Formats: sequence, C-alpha cells, structure tokens
Amino acid sequence: MDNNTCEVPVDATRELNPESLIKIKVLFFARAREIMGLADMTLEVAPQSTAGDCLMTLLTKFPKLEEICNSMVLALNEEYAPKSSTLKNGDELAIIPPISGG
Amino acid sequence: MDSNGMSSGYADIIREIEKLKVEKEEIENRISKLEAQLDRKPDETAHLEASQCCSNVQTVLDGHRSSSNGLTPEMIYRYSRHLLLPDFGVEAQLNLARSSILVIGAGGLGSPVALYLASCGVGCLGIVDDDVVELNNLHRQVIHAEAYVGKAKVKSAVAACRAINSLIKLVEHNESLRASNALDIISKYDIVVDATDNLPSRYMISDCCVLLDKPLISGAALGLEGQLTVYHHKGGPCYRCLFPTPPPTAACQRCSDSGVLGVVPGVIGCLQALEAIKVASGIGETLSGRMLIFDALSSRIRIVKIRGRSLQCVACGENAELTQQKFRSFDYECFTQSPMSDRVISLSIFSTLVYESARISARLYKDKINEHEEHVLLDVRPAHHFRITAIPGSINLPLSVLVENISSIDSALKAAVPEASGEAASLYVVCRRGNDSQRAVECLRKNGFPLAKDIIGGLEAWSRDVDPSFPIY
Repeated sequence: MDNNTCEVPVDATRELNPESLIKIKVLFFARAREIMGLADMTLEVAPQSTAGDCLMTLLTKFPKLEEICNSMVLALNEEYAPKSSTLKNGDELAIIPPISGG
Repeated sequence: MDSNGMSSGYADIIREIEKLKVEKEEIENRISKLEAQLDRKPDETAHLEASQCCSNVQTVLDGHRSSSNGLTPEMIYRYSRHLLLPDFGVEAQLNLARSSILVIGAGGLGSPVALYLASCGVGCLGIVDDDVVELNNLHRQVIHAEAYVGKAKVKSAVAACRAINSLIKLVEHNESLRASNALDIISKYDIVVDATDNLPSRYMISDCCVLLDKPLISGAALGLEGQLTVYHHKGGPCYRCLFPTPPPTAACQRCSDSGVLGVVPGVIGCLQALEAIKVASGIGETLSGRMLIFDALSSRIRIVKIRGRSLQCVACGENAELTQQKFRSFDYECFTQSPMSDRVISLSIFSTLVYESARISARLYKDKINEHEEHVLLDVRPAHHFRITAIPGSINLPLSVLVENISSIDSALKAAVPEASGEAASLYVVCRRGNDSQRAVECLRKNGFPLAKDIIGGLEAWSRDVDPSFPIY
C-alpha cells in the first residue's frame, strides 16, 4: 500500500472548461484502500457535482470499487453525507467500508 | 462454685464472648481481605456458572464493610487513582462496580478490553469465546500466555483477569455466540463489547443488542487499520443503520489471510474499554453517532460523524420487522455469505473448481520429485507470502499477475528439459491452502496449458503429509 496522492483528471461530462473544475480530495480506507492501492487522490469534477456523482466517476475509472459501494460510510469533511450532497472546491470525501477483523 | 462466684463468672463469660466476637469479626475481615489478594486457581472459576445473572451487580459491595459512600476500604485503596479524578470520583466508580459487561471474543480486541475492564473494577465481567489459544495468536492476544496454548481462550482470559482483580465477578461462556443462545447470554448484562473477528457475528450482536436494548461498543481491526463506534446508545444508530447491506467479500477480510499488526487491535481494544467504562460509569461523551478510524501507518486518528438512526432500518427503524423469534432463526452466515469464525475454510469443502484429473496430492507430487520427473512448480501466492517460505526450486508468479505473465511459464517449461530430449516438462501449481492454485489451474487450462495440475491442500498439505519441518503460517 502506498500513500502517494495521484491526480486523476475526470471526463468532464458537465463542464468542458478545465478552469472551472473543482478539486476534491478522496480518502480511501480499509478495503477501498486495498483496491485502489493508495490512501487518497485528488479528483477534478464539475462544479455543483454531488458526492454521488463523484462516486460514479470513481466507479467508472476503477470498476473494482463496485464491491464496496453498497456497504460503506461516506463522509464529507468528516461528517456523514448523503449521496445528494453538493461538493465544493477543497472538500474531503472519505470512503469507509467496514472492517470486521479482530 | 458458690452462687456469688457463679454470678460474677456469668458476667465474665458474657464479656469474654463479646470480646471474642469482636476479635472474630476482625479475623474474618482479615481473612476475606487475604482471600481477595490470593490468586485463585483457574479450576475454582468452574463453579461460576454461565447461568448466573449479572444485571445490577451488587456482589462486590455486599458482604464487605463499606464506608458511607458505598465503597469498601479495599476498593477505596485499590481504585484511589480513579477516585482522585474530579471527573470520575466515587460516583463513577460505584457505577462501574454495579455494572455488568459482556466481552464477546477473547482475541486481539478482547484481550485489552477484558484486562482493563477487570482492572478498573466493573462488578461483573463475562467473556464469550469457543476458540482455543494458538501460538500464532500471542503476538496480539496479549491476555494469553504460552502455557495456555491449546486450552480454551475463555479459561485463559478469566484466569488472567482473576489474577489482576479478585474482587470482581467473572463469568466464563465457553461456547460460540449464535443466534440460538445470544438472547439468553446477552440479556444477563448491561453493556456489550463486540470484540469478534467476523461479519456475521457483528450483524447478529447488533441485532441482539437492539432487541434487548443494550448499548454496544463495537471495535474492529485488520492490517494496519482499526474502527470503533458505540451503537444503539441514547437514540444512536445500530450497525444495520450504517451497513444495511453486507459487503460481498467479507470472507476474505480476515486476520488469518490479510494479517494484522499486533498492536493495532491493542489500540482499538483499549479504546473499546474506555468507551465501555464511560457508558458504564456515565461520564463523558461516547462515540455514539461517531466512528473513530485509526490508521497505524500514518499515525492518524479520524473521527467521522456518522448517520443517525435510520427510520427504515429493519432492526431499529420505525417499522422494524425484527423480533426475538425471527432473530433466533435468522441465518447470519448466509446473510453475509461468510463464516462466523476466522478459522480457515478450504474451498474444496464446498466446491472443487477444477476436475480431479487436474489435481495431485502433495504425496503424489513428492513421488514425482523422487522419480526425477522434469517439471516446473509454480507458486501463485503473493510475493510477500513467497518470501515467508517456499518449496525449493518453485517459481513465484502471483495469481493476480498470472495472465499478463503467462509467457514466462512457457520459457520456464522449456528450460526445465534438455532441448534435445523432445520431452515436455509437467506443470504443477501450489499456493498456501489449495484454493488459489485451483483458480490458477483453471486459468492456465484456458490459456494454453491443458495439463497444469494443482497440489491439493497447498503448502499446508505439503507440510502435513510430506515435510513436517516445512513452516506453516
């Protein structure tokens, strides 16, 4: 597992002008981190994108995340967020699947 | 003796009796104090039957001369550093002494939980586990000593707790917690600590705590990460509110497969003990509605606010369908598609992926070596497993990168036989337990290696049946 941050430009389906894209930091925990092989990454998404949009973008780029997307805690800036939450530039979105070991 | 002498003698006797009674009481007090200091032997715990009721524990406080605040002199001395805390004090200590806590699992998490709860003076501590201590547990399950390897974890844990604090009541539940017995066991306690190692138990314990209205201190640890939350406490969410759907690959997420750094469950277990003490004593702010996430590699602790109770939750929601009757017959292993233990399950028990002709036993493979059969042994475990131990001469090609490196097998096979001989070398595949090797053979047979065979039972079978000096892990 490495902790490098990698930047993934996103197919801007809503907004074509890269100037207007907002940057979101996505944090991966547990199985999500294992699948991604990294602890966090910066995503560029269109303004007014929701947490759900951001997830869809990730799923398109990394289909293996599918296995955790129905069972996880989604937190926006360390608070529970429904998928409909709108994202702002600099937001931190955490993907936290449950751990069951002990 | 005359009548006068008799009457004075009578008064003397009365005085003597009174004096002896006082002495007797003093001696009895000293005996009970000494008994409390004594390490009772594990056998003596046997009389503590699992059927004992632990709710509203009074035993510690009964039968001892207590001060006006309700604490005995021994308790005052033993717990003095708690009593000195302005935010804890006598009241919180008394609350602890009156509480009963059930720790489910005496493993990596349960070890520090039980040790701290016993030390701190909870009135009654119950421990459930049906497992036995194994040598490869000891790097993280710090409650167990080498002398207990092969013995019941519950016996070992209770003996360790008793050695620390003989004032508290300890209850052994040397059985696995199942939907059939969970209601009976959990109903006897005020607070539940989930220190288990598997997903079905987590759903089951959460459901049971909702049905019986018990607060649940739930911790988990794997690899270099840990998680901790207090469920179903003061209107907060339950496990199902957060995770209504179980993740599909839970079965693979085990310490016995993925590994765990020993101190990680130690950290989470200590924090679980802390949350349990807060809930029991009524001090502070618990992690209800929040999840603590521990990242050992970067030394970061994050606390994330989680969702509130879900009104749609099937366990604790408005129209929850869960009843005690349904609970008893609910199949949690089927629901989560994973077993209620960290123990290893061989794929071959359920299904064999490849045809019998595509398999070979470890003993037969050894015969092939003795016959000097030209062959390549492909070890498909991850590279860091291969570095732990490997059969000499085997080639490591992890299953995850098998397809993209399939051409390298061709060259290895060619190199295994002299060019002029015209013969072809055989291809055998091995892994740790014989599951991934079947997957690899299935893949190889589809990709130009129709004669590839997997070694049944993997390196564990090799160690068991051929070379007992070969290390298992």
